[in-house]
Amino acid sequence: MTAAVDRTRLPRPGSAPAARFPAVARRRLASGMALRTGRHPGPPVVHWLLLWPSGAAADPPARPGLAALAADLLDEGTEARSVLELHGALDRLGARLGVQVGADATMVSLTTLEHHAADGLALLFEIVTRPRFAAGDFDRVRDLRRSRVRQMRTVPAAVAERVYLETLYGEHPYGHVGIGTDEALSQMTVDDVRRFHRERYRLGAATLIATGPLSDEAFADMAERAVGSLPAGAADAREPGAVSAAGAPGPPAARLVLVDRPGAVQSELRIGHVAAARRTPDYHALQVLNMVLGGQFVSRLNRSLREEKGYTYGVRTAFQFRRSPGPFVMQGSVQADATAEAIREVLDEMDGLGGRRPATPPELDLARSALTRGFARGFETAGQVARGVAQLVQYDLPADEYDRFVPAVAAVDGAAVTAAAARHLRADRAVVVVVGPAAQLEGGLGALSLGEPQRAEEQGRDGG
Amino acid sequence: MTLEWTRETLDNGLDVIVHEDHRCPIVAVNLWYHVGSRNESPGRTGLAHLFEHLMFEGSLHHDANYFTPLQEAGAAVNGSTSCDRTNYWEVVPANALDLALWLESDRMGYLLPALTAEKFDNQREVVLNERRQQYENRPYGLALMALMSALFPPDHPYHWATIGEVADLRAFTLEDARAFFRTWYHPDNASLTVAGDVETGAAMAAVRRHFEEIPAGPSGSRAGRPRDGSSPPGAPVTPHGPAGERRLLLEDRVELPRLYLAWRTPALFDEGDAGMDLLAHVLAGGKTSRLYRALVHDRRIAADVSAAQGSRELGGWFCITATAAPGRGLADLDDVIRGELAALAGYGPDSDELERALAQVEAQFVYGLQTVGGFHGRSDQLNAYNVYTGDPGFLGRDLARYREAGAAHVRELARRLTPGGRVALSIVPAGESARGLAGSARAEVS
Repeated sequence: MTAAVDRTRLPRPGSAPAARFPAVARRRLASGMALRTGRHPGPPVVHWLLLWPSGAAADPPARPGLAALAADLLDEGTEARSVLELHGALDRLGARLGVQVGADATMVSLTTLEHHAADGLALLFEIVTRPRFAAGDFDRVRDLRRSRVRQMRTVPAAVAERVYLETLYGEHPYGHVGIGTDEALSQMTVDDVRRFHRERYRLGAATLIATGPLSDEAFADMAERAVGSLPAGAADAREPGAVSAAGAPGPPAARLVLVDRPGAVQSELRIGHVAAARRTPDYHALQVLNMVLGGQFVSRLNRSLREEKGYTYGVRTAFQFRRSPGPFVMQGSVQADATAEAIREVLDEMDGLGGRRPATPPELDLARSALTRGFARGFETAGQVARGVAQLVQYDLPADEYDRFVPAVAAVDGAAVTAAAARHLRADRAVVVVVGPAAQLEGGLGALSLGEPQRAEEQGRDGG
Repeated sequence: MTLEWTRETLDNGLDVIVHEDHRCPIVAVNLWYHVGSRNESPGRTGLAHLFEHLMFEGSLHHDANYFTPLQEAGAAVNGSTSCDRTNYWEVVPANALDLALWLESDRMGYLLPALTAEKFDNQREVVLNERRQQYENRPYGLALMALMSALFPPDHPYHWATIGEVADLRAFTLEDARAFFRTWYHPDNASLTVAGDVETGAAMAAVRRHFEEIPAGPSGSRAGRPRDGSSPPGAPVTPHGPAGERRLLLEDRVELPRLYLAWRTPALFDEGDAGMDLLAHVLAGGKTSRLYRALVHDRRIAADVSAAQGSRELGGWFCITATAAPGRGLADLDDVIRGELAALAGYGPDSDELERALAQVEAQFVYGLQTVGGFHGRSDQLNAYNVYTGDPGFLGRDLARYREAGAAHVRELARRLTPGGRVALSIVPAGESARGLAGSARAEVS
């Protein structure tokens, strides 16, 4: 038997071994499209990702949901292949197609085994440049999305998310969820989709990201062959006019919004306000601050509301960084009879971090070391690396952004966190959205001094 | 596709598997205990999962929350409980292996002195809130419970859902939790995998240093299927599914009716299990699949459809789930599904369909094994193979099961999915029971 381990103290591993984000090579293809490649010595998996800087915020004001509808229709067949032929081809490659429409960007990705990398890329380009957009497919897919909107009315988290964005941003381009509204979807036509595609999916505005166990040159050769002589289109869609032209959102429509879910055993909560953009100089301080407040398991809010009081399966906070200032949000589901107390505590912690109850040295140590030592885990797979590169592209971040992350976080001190909290956490302006049993909640919510609860409906503002 | 690994069994019975991968400076520690909700009994359900929560609340030599030191080391941490097993894992920087092993070994060897009524009561409340969030307050959230209780008779250990019944959870005492630990949490009922940026000899030595001192459990605590392939203790008393079709109905806070059709099927890794996976692909795997085309694409009477073989140690179940399009009833969906099953039972899948399903399955294996840690990563899969088959290197044989299945076999499996052998659960909006299947009895779940 080996010598017994010392159980009088925990091992203290200290700083983690240095890890670097893969070097990213940049070039421009003959067609004018930008290419970023990252060699990743992982399993034989290649990840292709096409990014356009147009997402749900690029929806025309009267057409919320158009960007997501267009993206959903991409794989319903191409000029050359029916939907069955297209998906048959994807299946035979074992390829996985991913379509993601965020507020600021649309990303279409394809994961393939290394030996199918070139065939996979050819299919990806066929999908995004030559979609069929047939009228019959449009009708069917739009109906499926309208069904989804209806189903989301009974999902507490989906209702809370929608009402939260509407209350925070109003008519601003960030003021709606990506799927849009039933009314807007019902009025869209296939021509709306074709126009959106023509204007927004130009290759000149796109960035192709390639990661996996291939060399930068091998990726570039495949990309040149796949893009070939496709027209680039003008790059004028590069500038996401929708968001910048809209400026800052007005003041929120209300402080306290209640959506009745009669008899519900829990209240779904969203608490927060418009906060910071991704390029804020306070980015690293806000990451540390968020870890202290609710960004990890052992944080002020989760420790109290879950581990001490048992009111919830878990709550968390996040700064949802975007190109323009995005939301700070506390989200979670708490047992109905603890609703008011949980809200009060969240607001109190938001208020305290900027002065009354600043982050303590142990809290700061825990937050910084969790972020810096956990850094390497974020870039284990080709897909993770590709999404990391996409962040650089989406927010015009410097090439050395990831090399600066660990030292920048390590340099965040208590004063910086307190100052960031004072600037970016405003309990006095926070909006509180509650999806829960109104009859049971109203007394407690009335005592929160947030004004008369404004009532919103599960089905959303356009009814139906 | 292969995974290199080394296995040793310590004197106390703990299986230790090490897998090296030096591409990223991280290491995964993954620990399976071969105990799950199937080791519970009627009226005493939910303890295996509640117990999992208690494992994070401190042990004798670190009597505080386990997340704090692991977060400080930069770890990702989690655990989960199924009907068959409970797993715990950490992914840490390569230099923090000792910390993860220290903590895992301390809660394996020395949990009970630190387990208090206060922790127990707190985590019971957390679990009741987990149940509210994931099941009670979620549309269609009670479907699983209704299906399991109808598919498996009351004396079968899959009759209840792992989350447990509320009354049972409320009735448990601290002493119940202690007894559960003493019965099941032993090194000889566990499998530990270390995967990542480690050297095999050093990793084995580190595991020995931390775990060797923990005594083996009483004989008989090894819960699972014996490695000689004989029937495990607690095997189902009633081997077959419900005799005759059972139709059930639940009214729920939902917008669209949803139909669940479920059958008892072969157990994990048994003959027919892989074929059922392929059948699920042919039926509902993506936009080329038969049910997607028939229900969603061509007739437009469904909003979505899926199919899956739930492979478990003591038995499986196959479930087809389809949500009606607005204005539609579930009987229309059922007619189409029956027709498609009959066609498959008659003619089997064509070779192109089967080839596509196989390509998808094989690619999923590769994609799923890209990470060393976490749920379904390489360390979790090595433990699954070790615990369920006794062979951490089962990957090759696992893949071969799919390659060898063949169209005739899949056709035979489709023939088993008869109306007479199924449970048909309709979940409909409140007051709209007419949109469910006719002749359904009210399901009793809460």
